Amino acid sequence: MRLFGIRGGVYPHDRKSLAANAPVAVLALPPLLHIPLQQHIGNPAAPAVRRGQLVAKGELIAHSQGAVSAPVHASTSGRIMGIGSFPAHHPSGLSAPTITLRPDGEDRWHQDIEGVPDPFALEADEIAARVAAAGIVGLGGATFPSAVKLNLRRKYKLHTLVINAAECEPYLTCDDRLMREQAPEVVDGIRIIAHALGVSRVLIGIEANKPEALAAMGEAARPFAEIQVVRLPTRYPMGSEKHLVQALTGQETPARGLTADIGVVVHNGATAFAVHEAIRLGRPLVSRVITVSGGAIARPANLRVPFGTPIQWIIDHCGGFKVEPARLVSGGPMMGQPLPSTRVPTIKGANGILALTAEETRTREPGPCIRCASCVFACPCGLLPLEMANHTRAGNLEGAVKLGLMDCVGCGSCSYVCPAHIPLVRYFNYAKGEMAARGRAKQKQTETKRLAEQRSARIEAIQIAKREAMAARRKAAAATKAPLAAEGPSEHRAEPPSKPRSEARDRAGGDV
Amino acid sequence: MSRATPHATPVVAAPHAHAGNSISRTMGLVILALLPATALGLGQFGWPAILLFTLTIGATLATEAMCLRIAGKPLTVNLLDGSALVTGWLLAMSLPPAAPWWIGVLGAVIAIVLGKQVFGGTGQNLFNPAMVARVALLIAFPLEMTTWVTPEPLWSAGARDLQQGLAVTFAGQIPDGMTGATALGQVRTEVGRGVGLDEALAGYSPAAGAMGTISGSLGETSALLLLAGGLMLIWLRVITWHIPAAMLATLALLATVMHWVDPGRYPDAVFHLVSGATLLGAFFIATDLVTSPVSKAGQLIFGAGCGLLVFAIRTWAGYPEGVAFAVLLMNACTPVIDHYVRPRVFGRTRRGDPLEYPEAKP
Repeated sequence: MRLFGIRGGVYPHDRKSLAANAPVAVLALPPLLHIPLQQHIGNPAAPAVRRGQLVAKGELIAHSQGAVSAPVHASTSGRIMGIGSFPAHHPSGLSAPTITLRPDGEDRWHQDIEGVPDPFALEADEIAARVAAAGIVGLGGATFPSAVKLNLRRKYKLHTLVINAAECEPYLTCDDRLMREQAPEVVDGIRIIAHALGVSRVLIGIEANKPEALAAMGEAARPFAEIQVVRLPTRYPMGSEKHLVQALTGQETPARGLTADIGVVVHNGATAFAVHEAIRLGRPLVSRVITVSGGAIARPANLRVPFGTPIQWIIDHCGGFKVEPARLVSGGPMMGQPLPSTRVPTIKGANGILALTAEETRTREPGPCIRCASCVFACPCGLLPLEMANHTRAGNLEGAVKLGLMDCVGCGSCSYVCPAHIPLVRYFNYAKGEMAARGRAKQKQTETKRLAEQRSARIEAIQIAKREAMAARRKAAAATKAPLAAEGPSEHRAEPPSKPRSEARDRAGGDV
Repeated sequence: MSRATPHATPVVAAPHAHAGNSISRTMGLVILALLPATALGLGQFGWPAILLFTLTIGATLATEAMCLRIAGKPLTVNLLDGSALVTGWLLAMSLPPAAPWWIGVLGAVIAIVLGKQVFGGTGQNLFNPAMVARVALLIAFPLEMTTWVTPEPLWSAGARDLQQGLAVTFAGQIPDGMTGATALGQVRTEVGRGVGLDEALAGYSPAAGAMGTISGSLGETSALLLLAGGLMLIWLRVITWHIPAAMLATLALLATVMHWVDPGRYPDAVFHLVSGATLLGAFFIATDLVTSPVSKAGQLIFGAGCGLLVFAIRTWAGYPEGVAFAVLLMNACTPVIDHYVRPRVFGRTRRGDPLEYPEAKP
């Protein structure tokens, strides 16, 4: 198939060989699972269980809240030990609402769990509802509730489903292993998604550094004419959603828009597998494959991990650290989040745990920018990272926005190639966060202003109404009294003299 | 060691990987690419050139160190990044080989202090520091800056020894028979007097010009060695092809057209390409990362502007050579070029509006 060029990008050492040959192993259950209520983009789930309650594997333990949210299910069978706070899978290390579950060791699925024999007989809405109820979110790391994306067909004219199996981040091999070992299941999930979206064409993009996965997926997809497995060049960030769509279809997603604007929906390969499990077997999303790798890990591995498993448990399973790690990362080295501690639990979006040595991170003190333009050539979005960083550093965030700050996907290619080791993408993430905060503050301000204006308008309206009512009453009173006055002129009243009369008097006075 | 207390590592944002390149690596590669042409220059101009070269680079580094100390910046990190070394190296290569010692020292001070540090140091300067120094020296000391000695290789029989070299560099004793005009200078004066080009360039061979066994600046004479170094930098992705290609193509095109119009007055493209500082300028000076535009389109405009100005200055202005002036003038345009010429942002039109696909909406 003809591929289309994408701009920029970098060629990091992929270091996939560390874990690529380790088959997916099942991890023993830890003594306690700490299952966070927020493992997705959107509103956190609300607890649906009580302390002390016994739950089965796959049982709902927290409801989704609102249109963009996802429910959370018990990762195994056991007893709910508490609903409270626990350090989150987040760089801040702050605590977040978490349900703690003590496994009973039986790992028993809930009795109501039942699959659908023929998913292709289901209505699209029914598939989306089941995907939503299964708590499936984008497993590439974005964790956007997948059902919301399945419902895009209502608002957009869709023609193509793109499966993002590029796995362009170095080290990570979880999607690679999943596709090698369970290609038929992944393809089945893909077909169910395509059916739900009503698209006629499916493109599965896999980078060339995964020949086994390419072969396995090609074999599994062979019976289905509408599915095409595409070998992508190995270049970071090939797995960036909009760039992947451009490489496969040649079409560029409009800035600030969705790929659906050009008729394309992108799902991740691991998400497709989760959809297969949810529809065919009725199993909600309670575990995922993650890659444990990095130079500091004694035995790199690919593991199917129940959500809520403490990272320390996983690392211990992999033989611990062979050298002191310099950096602990959730996700890949290019965009992954640093983790403050190994206490934190795994979540739906975490596709890798990396323990990197100092030689691997190659951290250095930043030097002065020599305007070498490496960042300009590396940027897949056509931005000028050096200029944006200058504006950000000078505090001129509006200037950075004008240069396209909001079009930055945060891929980190600029920082990766900078010879001066300037942390460019950190400037941009800071600036984006700051601009978002300013936007919220501004919105709050305008909203406050609007409410204040509404209030004063309301008060004024009430006062006008009052005045009018008073005047009307007075008029009415005057009207009822006028005949009385006519009846008895001798009657003295404390009423102000009527105008004509006083005017006559003034005039008379003036004449004197 | 792992099963102890839960681990904590420094929380630093992504990316957690790096290509491994650095400023000092970039500068080191530039020096490496300059080595062949430098070696030829030092060899064929002998001891005076070696003394001047060493002195200029030493003075550049000393001045840089002094400025860093005054500015309170860490010495080792900034000196070791190699940017001052490249500045001094390029300046030395552009000086006449038999220039007196104080030309090199003064040039080093001008390059580092006025060309670089007053703007704020590495990466902040608007103009190429080596060319600022060269032009300042040329205007202030036209005699010393245009006294060209003919090559007298170290390995030739009558070559000057160290003592005679010291006399040239430190006492200004240049034997009369040793000086001569450069090819560009010859064309300038002779054609200016109304002499035909054939006569002015009698005895000139383009092959010697390309090899560099002619009189000229210390490191500028060998077009072929400079071309090889420049191509190496492009291959190693230290520079891109845009500036050199645009500059050389524009210069060659203009020379060809004018040569076609009047072959008796205007030398051909080959002459322009192999003479003077053309190739040093195209691959090592115009491509100075700090002072050239950052977008590819901007680099093409910049390079073409350099080529145009080089040709115009050589042909119609008062100086026989115009690379330094051309580069400085285009350096001044760099901020404007960078402001107006930007890459197209993903998902947007050239004007910056989001792309539109009206047919996609149901």
